[in-house]
Amino acid sequence: MNAADGTSARATTPVVEIRGVDKWYSTFQVLKGCSLSVARGEVVVVCGPSGSGKSTLIKCVNALEPVNTGDVLIEGTSITDGKASLSKLRARVGMVFQHFELFPHMSVLENLCIGQEKVLKRKSEEARDKAMGLLARVGMTAHAGKYPLQLSGGQQQRIAIARALAMDPIAMLFDEPTSALDPEMITEVLDVMVSLAQEGMTMMVVTHEMGFARKVADRVVFMDRGEIVEDTPKARFFEDPQSDRAKAFLSKILSH
Amino acid sequence: MKGWHWDGFFEYLTNGYLIEGALVTLGLTVFSIFFGLILGFVIAVMRMSKYKLLSAPAYFYTWIMRGTPLLVQLIIIYTGLPQLGIKFTVVESTLIGLTLNEAAYLSEIVRAGIAAVSRGQVNAARAIGMTPFQVMRYVVAPQAFRIIIPPLGNSVNGVLKTTSIASIISMEELLRRTQVLIQERFLVLELFVVAAIYYLIMTTAWEFIQRRIERRFGRAYDPQAGLVEQR
Repeated sequence: MNAADGTSARATTPVVEIRGVDKWYSTFQVLKGCSLSVARGEVVVVCGPSGSGKSTLIKCVNALEPVNTGDVLIEGTSITDGKASLSKLRARVGMVFQHFELFPHMSVLENLCIGQEKVLKRKSEEARDKAMGLLARVGMTAHAGKYPLQLSGGQQQRIAIARALAMDPIAMLFDEPTSALDPEMITEVLDVMVSLAQEGMTMMVVTHEMGFARKVADRVVFMDRGEIVEDTPKARFFEDPQSDRAKAFLSKILSH
Repeated sequence: MKGWHWDGFFEYLTNGYLIEGALVTLGLTVFSIFFGLILGFVIAVMRMSKYKLLSAPAYFYTWIMRGTPLLVQLIIIYTGLPQLGIKFTVVESTLIGLTLNEAAYLSEIVRAGIAAVSRGQVNAARAIGMTPFQVMRYVVAPQAFRIIIPPLGNSVNGVLKTTSIASIISMEELLRRTQVLIQERFLVLELFVVAAIYYLIMTTAWEFIQRRIERRFGRAYDPQAGLVEQR
C-alpha cells in the first residue's frame, strides 16, 4: 500500500463505500459487518464460494437489497438516510446482472435509450446517437433493431453492459456477469470488461474469473459465510493468501 | 321442415332492431372490459401492496364481487338502491354492475400477470434509476400485458355473453330485444337461433382480433420473427 498512499490521500471520497453492513434473511445472517471501499478508477474483484454473500453485497451497493445495519455511500451520499432520491443515486451507478435482464419487449436500441430518455431526460436523437456509439463499441451495431431473445447470451450481456454505460455511470457493478454464459461466449464479454477497466472505469466485480482478476484487478476481496475474509492487493491475494479459507478456495478453483 | 319458418328466420336475421340490440351488447362489452381493466389494475396493485391498508380493501372487494351472482348485484343496484334514495337508470345500472363485477375478475388476471414478470426485470429497471411508477409503466406492465392476453380474451368472450343477464332489469340488449320480438309472431325457436348466431358472430370476430393482438405482442419473443422480416 506504500506506493498508493500518496494517491489515496489525494483522492477525495471513495466512489463506493460500504460501512459495517449487516443483513439478515429472517433469522439467517447473510452479511456480517462488511466494510469495503472502491476508490475512483479502482477495479475490485469480489470472489468466494457460492452462498458467501457476494451477490447480496453488490446488490446492497445500489440498494436493490436493503441493509439491516450499517450504511453504503455513493460518492459520500448515503443510500439509506432517505434524503437523496434513491432512483437518482441508482442512475449514477451502472449494474450488469448474471442473467442479462435486457427488457425482452424492447429492441436492442430501445433498451439502450429507455433509461437515457426517461431517467436522464435526454432528447431521443441524443440518446440514439449515444446508444449507437456504445453498440459500435461492444461490436453490436448490426443488431440494433433486433429483440434480445433473438441474440446469444454473450451478445445480450455485451448489450447489457452498453445499456449501463449509456447512463454515463460513475462506477459499474458486475454481478457474476459470465456465470450464465456458455464457455465460448465468456471471452467476448470479458474483453469488453477488460477494456473498460483499462480506460479507468471504477468497477466492482463479483466473479469467479480469476484470469480477469489477475489481468485488471487492483484489489481482490474474498468472502466466505457473509464475512469479508480478505481485502488485499491482487498480487498478494494470489501469491500469499493470508487465511486458510482463501487458500482452500484458491486451490479449488485454480487446480485445473 | 315442419314447424320451422325459414321466411321468419331470414327476416329476423336481418332485422335492424335486433342488429341494434347486438351493437348494444357489443358496446356494453367494450365499456365494461375497458373500465373493468383500469379498475382491475388498480385493485391488483393494491392487492399486491405490502400495506394492509391497501391490500385488505382490495381483497374484500374481490371477495364480495366474485362471491355473489352478477344478477343479484344488478338487482341491488337497479331495484334495491332507490330505497336509499340512490337512483340509476337501466343503462347506468348495467354499466356500473358489469364494470364493477368484471373488475374483480380482471384484477386477479392482472395480478397473475404482474407476478409473472421476474424480479430480475424489476431490479434491472430500478438499477438504471427508474422510479417505481416508471418501472411499472415501461417494464412490468407491457410484459404483464402480453402474459394476460389469453385469459383477458377469455374474459371478453365471457362478458359478451354475460351481458344478456342485464335483460332481466330490462336493459335493451340483444337478448331482451329477442324476447320483445317473440311477442310479434311467436317464432320462439327462430328468434333464439338468430340471437345465438349474433352472439356467435361477435365471439368469433373477437377470436380473430385476439389472435392478432397476441401476434403483435409476441413478436419480440419469437426467435424467428426478426429473421423472417429481414428475408
